[in-house]
Amino acid sequence: MPTELTAAELGLRLARREFSAVEVAQSYLDRIARLDSHYDAFLTVDPEWTLAQAQAAQALLDRGEGGPLTGVPIAVKDNMSTEGVATTCGSKILEGYVPPFDATVIARLKEVGMPILGKTNLDEFAMGGSTEYSAFKPTRNPWDTGRSPGGSSGGSAAAVCASLTPLGLGSDTGGSIRQPASLCGVVGFKPTYGRVSRYGLVAFGSSLDQIGPLARTVEDAALVAATISGHDGRDSTSLPNSAIHIDDLKSGRLKGLKAALPRELFSDALQPGVRSVLDETIATLTKEGVEFGEVDIPSIEFGVSTYYIIGPCEASSNLGRFDGVRFGPRAEADESGHVGMVERTRGRLFGKEVIRRIMIGTYALSAGYYDAYYVRAQQVRTMMRQEFDAVFRDYDLVLSPTSPVVAFKIGELSNDTLALKLTDLCTIPVNMGGYPAISLNGGFAEGLPVGVQLIGPTMADERVLQTAWCVEKALPDATRKPPMP
Amino acid sequence: MLISLEEVRHVARLARLDLDEAEVMALQGELSALLGHFADIQAIDASMIEPQSHAVALRNVWDADVVRPGLTRDQVLRNSALTKAGLFVVPTIIED
Repeated sequence: MPTELTAAELGLRLARREFSAVEVAQSYLDRIARLDSHYDAFLTVDPEWTLAQAQAAQALLDRGEGGPLTGVPIAVKDNMSTEGVATTCGSKILEGYVPPFDATVIARLKEVGMPILGKTNLDEFAMGGSTEYSAFKPTRNPWDTGRSPGGSSGGSAAAVCASLTPLGLGSDTGGSIRQPASLCGVVGFKPTYGRVSRYGLVAFGSSLDQIGPLARTVEDAALVAATISGHDGRDSTSLPNSAIHIDDLKSGRLKGLKAALPRELFSDALQPGVRSVLDETIATLTKEGVEFGEVDIPSIEFGVSTYYIIGPCEASSNLGRFDGVRFGPRAEADESGHVGMVERTRGRLFGKEVIRRIMIGTYALSAGYYDAYYVRAQQVRTMMRQEFDAVFRDYDLVLSPTSPVVAFKIGELSNDTLALKLTDLCTIPVNMGGYPAISLNGGFAEGLPVGVQLIGPTMADERVLQTAWCVEKALPDATRKPPMP
Repeated sequence: MLISLEEVRHVARLARLDLDEAEVMALQGELSALLGHFADIQAIDASMIEPQSHAVALRNVWDADVVRPGLTRDQVLRNSALTKAGLFVVPTIIED
């Protein structure tokens, strides 16, 4: 069955004509139709759209113009613009919105002939860590459908985990690719800020947002990263020479690699089961020749505060464009005029978490508070960057848990917004510094996956992927799949 | 409470959010809890540290001055709930 293969294997077999791109897309569409009611990973599935792309992919293959992923389908988080196909951001304020253009990442997928299976669920505007803040439905974790897949890219993570797609795209502002990858036991990679174009990604925290892949293996994630990366003149923060090269993916080695363990990320906040998996992983990798050293990165302690100021400040500005005039539904006009119409549209159609973040961001940017909150958070961001860069002078990589907790029950944290925010502790510092980082499955605690995070210095995406490929080979449970209904 | 109900209402006006009283009350508690958490970064001495707005600094990003196809008026207007004569319709902004 094509749905049991990795993306890399599938790509090879498509190139050898063992399957057609249409057959592969159809077998995944059938699987989604049969199984997604258990997980609610998708918001939009449009078989006609997918199959048309699969036919175009087959034409590429027939002409011998295919690449390693031509004909391999992918699922895309619903905050990336897809021309002619609804893009909701999991919000009622964009219900019915059909973008007139493709995001750069979507254009790149189409260029190489990767059919899009559908748009996946997310916390509204990617704000959250459980996919419960979607305005439409919560997504469920394939390891235990009573639990959250994490978030905000929970739809893509759950879909990859349940083999409803071989590959997914997510976006990561404070951990939204890596944390759901950890909670679902799949691979999630956040490239260096600026290596993947953000053009057409609906902006949340523009200085932090980065698109990246979710996959079942490191090799599959690397293949997607190579496909979607590269300079784009339509994103002014896109870096020159930003293409990710993976020709040497399998030539890395663990022997002699120096990895730092920040004490702040191995604190009492870790669940005991998470700590055991990390301890075992470190022991295994030590046997493989990795040299570990404990380090202090004291500003990590301030990461959650820094993130929950900078993210909301940027969001409060970015979400100003949702006023009911140009897209989405709008409230009826009355004697309160234009401003009243805008206020009612926003007040009624944004969900609670989005309103909280717009409010905190607006407050922190308002006269009299700007220096105390926003400027101070930016200063801590500098501190964090300096401390991490100092560690990278002595070490090749940083290793940590991806999440201090395993998948939590749906509803368990959704009303305790601060507790939910603290689950971002290990992932936030990476976005503050723009570093590349990957999460892969280290093992299981009471039957639930525990992610291990590898963080590299700026532009060392290739080193992170190479090392992760070796780590995956060394860990027996790294690519285990959940039981299927 | 670190933020008053009046401040919550003021910020909601700045953010163009119409909230009912129950939402204002709930937000007072939620925002106060978050602001309380932020006390940790206000306590540190950061006077000598430059603020940083971006992870990877780029300066003077220039683009070639080339005409490229853009969206048509029809494409731009198609997603609006209310248009007329090729324009977005909004409630009256300027009184007679």
